[in-house]
Amino acid sequence: MPQQPDWIICEHCDSVYHRRPLARGEAARCIRCDAVIERSRRFNVEQLFALTLAAAIMFIFANAFPIMHISLQGLSNEATLWESVQALAQGRITLIALVAGLAIIFAPLFQILLLGWVLGYAYVGEIAPGFRACMRALEHLRPWSMLEVCLLGILVAIIKLAGMLNVSPGIGLWAMAMLTVLIILIAGRDIRYLWDDLKVPIA
Amino acid sequence: MSKPPYARELKVCLCHICGFACPQDAHECPRCFSPVHVRKTNSLARTWAFLIASIIFYVPANTLPVMYTSMFSGGSENTIMSGVIEFWQHGSWDIAILIFIASVAVPCMKFCVLGTLLITCQRRSCWAMRERAKLYRFVEVIGYWSMLDVLVVAVVAALVQFRALSTIEPRLGILFFGLVVVMTMLSAMSFDPRLIWDAEVNDVE
Ligand SMILES: [Zn+2]
Ligand SMILES: [Zn+2]
Repeated sequence: MPQQPDWIICEHCDSVYHRRPLARGEAARCIRCDAVIERSRRFNVEQLFALTLAAAIMFIFANAFPIMHISLQGLSNEATLWESVQALAQGRITLIALVAGLAIIFAPLFQILLLGWVLGYAYVGEIAPGFRACMRALEHLRPWSMLEVCLLGILVAIIKLAGMLNVSPGIGLWAMAMLTVLIILIAGRDIRYLWDDLKVPIA
Repeated sequence: MSKPPYARELKVCLCHICGFACPQDAHECPRCFSPVHVRKTNSLARTWAFLIASIIFYVPANTLPVMYTSMFSGGSENTIMSGVIEFWQHGSWDIAILIFIASVAVPCMKFCVLGTLLITCQRRSCWAMRERAKLYRFVEVIGYWSMLDVLVVAVVAALVQFRALSTIEPRLGILFFGLVVVMTMLSAMSFDPRLIWDAEVNDVE
């Protein structure tokens, strides 16, 4: 039997291929179903770790500062991400606040924490304690992290409100825009290369 | 070009978490210890269940108001469609189209696509397999953008809180709408696209 990590299985149709080294920017596609089965990695461990630290800082800014200010006839108001989630937590509809909180605050937060933990150890060439559980959690969190949707939502809200009152973006919004880009860069599939990089033992 | 072999023919199966090619009889991935299955368990039944739940929730999501706006004199309640129409009438047709796509077109398309995939897979149809596989991936990618309206309501309701002058509050419809999105996401996740290709071979359990 050939060495198994050399095999790569298309998750959309179960076709098996031999892994081939990819040049930068290249992607391998499945002949049978045309899905992308592997992309060349964009970042090495050092770069990913640095981006994760940047994301952590941006996360703090995005949550500590208001994302928008509005004013109307001398009155003014502002809201943070957390206050936006709280605004949904009213009586019967509180459940949706949990979903929104997961999508725009908790999923990104856990992604950053787990990536920081895993990559911090990988940076010095070690397998972090609880590595397997962290990697599993990262895979499960990915679909629920919706910062880019939130960013678009805030832009829609700005346009919606701009007609009736004065709206100005806050520091939180800029931080969030950068955080969104960083999360897209770090939370993708590049992280899976750690399994090979760290030579995680196979039982 | 000849088609690549199926994992089953080589007696391996894929770990969805770490991408490892596990031996077919393994219950647990030897590398990441997560459970592995040749096919997602009860894929069709689960996908149907979540899909039907999301279609049921879609009715109150569209008929109940999602937002209550009180401005100076009197208040009004908006459903998703009336919100879209309001944007359109105020000249912001781009936002109207955006919200319409995210809140109406995307969920409806997901219902149709998932329904089609389920029925064709149950019939072991060999029709347009490549295209169906692409449709599935498309649905997976666009699915969560439907959360747009929920997040817009959240941000707007958090901001517009001027007691006497004007307030905006979320209403029950937004809960159902959010549930529609979550249910369709779960439905798409439960579906196993490899079932599309199983129709090519007959001896799969
Ligand atoms: Zn494939
Ligand atoms: Zn695994």
